[in-house]
Amino acid sequence: MTDASEVSEDSVGLVTPQRARWNEAFSLKCGVTLSSYELVYETYGTLNERRNNAVLICHALSGNHHAAGYHEGEDRPGWWDTAIGPGKSIDTNTFFVVSPNNLGGCHGSTGPASINPDTNKCWGESFPQVTVEDWVKSQAALADRLGIERWAAVIGGSLGGMQALQWSIDYPDRIAHAVAIASAPWLSAQNIAFNEIARHAIRTDPDFSDGSFLEAGKVPERGLMLARMLGHVTYLSGFGLGERFGRELKSGSMEDGGKVEFEVESYLRHQGKSFAGRFDANTYVNITRVLDLFDLRSKRAGDLVRAFRDAQCHFLILAFTSDWRFSPERSKEIVDALIAARKGVVSAVIETKHGHDAFLLKDPEYHKLFRTYMDRVALDVE
Amino acid sequence: MRRDLEIISELIAKGSSVLDLGCGSGALLAYLQEHKEVNGYGLEIDREQILECVRNGVNVIEQDLDHGLSSFTNDSFDFVVMTETLQAVKRPDRVIGEMLRIAREAVVTFPNFGHLGCRLQMVFKGRMPVTGHLPNQWYDTPNIHMCTFRDFEQFCRKSGIEIRERFVVDHDYNNTWLINRLPNLFGITAYYRIGRA
Repeated sequence: MTDASEVSEDSVGLVTPQRARWNEAFSLKCGVTLSSYELVYETYGTLNERRNNAVLICHALSGNHHAAGYHEGEDRPGWWDTAIGPGKSIDTNTFFVVSPNNLGGCHGSTGPASINPDTNKCWGESFPQVTVEDWVKSQAALADRLGIERWAAVIGGSLGGMQALQWSIDYPDRIAHAVAIASAPWLSAQNIAFNEIARHAIRTDPDFSDGSFLEAGKVPERGLMLARMLGHVTYLSGFGLGERFGRELKSGSMEDGGKVEFEVESYLRHQGKSFAGRFDANTYVNITRVLDLFDLRSKRAGDLVRAFRDAQCHFLILAFTSDWRFSPERSKEIVDALIAARKGVVSAVIETKHGHDAFLLKDPEYHKLFRTYMDRVALDVE
Repeated sequence: MRRDLEIISELIAKGSSVLDLGCGSGALLAYLQEHKEVNGYGLEIDREQILECVRNGVNVIEQDLDHGLSSFTNDSFDFVVMTETLQAVKRPDRVIGEMLRIAREAVVTFPNFGHLGCRLQMVFKGRMPVTGHLPNQWYDTPNIHMCTFRDFEQFCRKSGIEIRERFVVDHDYNNTWLINRLPNLFGITAYYRIGRA
């Protein structure tokens, strides 16, 4: 249990999610129009008088609006509490941080678990396919609602970084800095392959019930677990897994023949199970597709340099050495295009053994650079 | 004002695009941005220096020059600059070749191993020179390819590289009569503007 007195000085403390509703049509890239929609979001820090210190946090596949601080009665902080708080890289003494749950999500924003007003039933798998462009457009609507004309920075890791990059292209005059960490300009065939295995695991779980598991009162736990276990392995490095678990046994002994459980198995199963309890299977299917469909070049005939042509913001592009999901080479593709397009950019590759998930961790080298860059962003604020 | 930055800035046309190899703290690019309105990018491997670049408001990419510059396309910059770094890369000849592929012109500066002080230490002490300008011992120096001005100019002639401007200075960045008369003996640092012949 958490109460305000136990929270450390560099935490944003107890936070309460907020909700914004739009009773107006929102047309998605896939051609479907939502007649109304809602976004759940959290904010940390204070919007200044000139309204120019706002920072947008974009979440990745399994994230949500709860990026920092604590919810009443919970002892686990938000997913990016290592980066957001007083005195941290994204300093809430300086910045007003806005963190929404994306459309199609499963933690309060309009998504597959919401009621389709046309049928008065859950959308389920019939929820329209969303895209990074749709998310960015909905985030712009949220900015309008909050009276934010221009973000001091749009920041994200992985799929979150892709949204930051899309912002730079879709709303060039509404973003001063884009920070994309452990990201990529589009997914490789290997990335798509991993996503498809995850979707296949979910869809072939009988409890998925063709996407209408909510109405059937079921949870496709096996499919979600398998999807998460697979995904989780790709977020870590082989070295990192080896260092943490080695060949340690959880139970049994090698002499027992096949009756053993390795620590790594037990860990993955636990990760999978806890994920299955908190994540909607239709959201997982939809959002892995968001990743597959993402391609910064899509409006520019496959030319990444041209894609960045109209961008006006400055970029920070960070990658991690042991990340094999979105490797440093993928970040370099972004950086090369930014240089060729003559856009302002700072880029570095952080040495780490923690793989893709390093962007969520407290690595000092990583945060020194992140913090120094955010200090630059802060110079234009106030 | 740092005299060395001023000297280099005189070799660079206003409004050009500049790639600085081994850009250090970004002081040169910051100076060029302010005084010459250049669009500049720096490459650097030292993380502390990269942080300085960020503080100086300079574009910086973490990249090891010895891993090549193949990601930069032909003629993609107006100038490639390399100050006091030529002697520290594994293959200076290849780096210079790359510089003049990426840009039509390059500015190169390096310490002169043919300076009188160096020569005297070799002749009278029989030891590798250690000077105020080159303070490292032979075993810990980053400078693995020392050369004299004459060596460099001969390399340029042999490689079809045209020397378009040369400015030689002493410790205090002064360019005296004596230095102009005998640069390879009295010059500490030379600033070369080179191009494809």
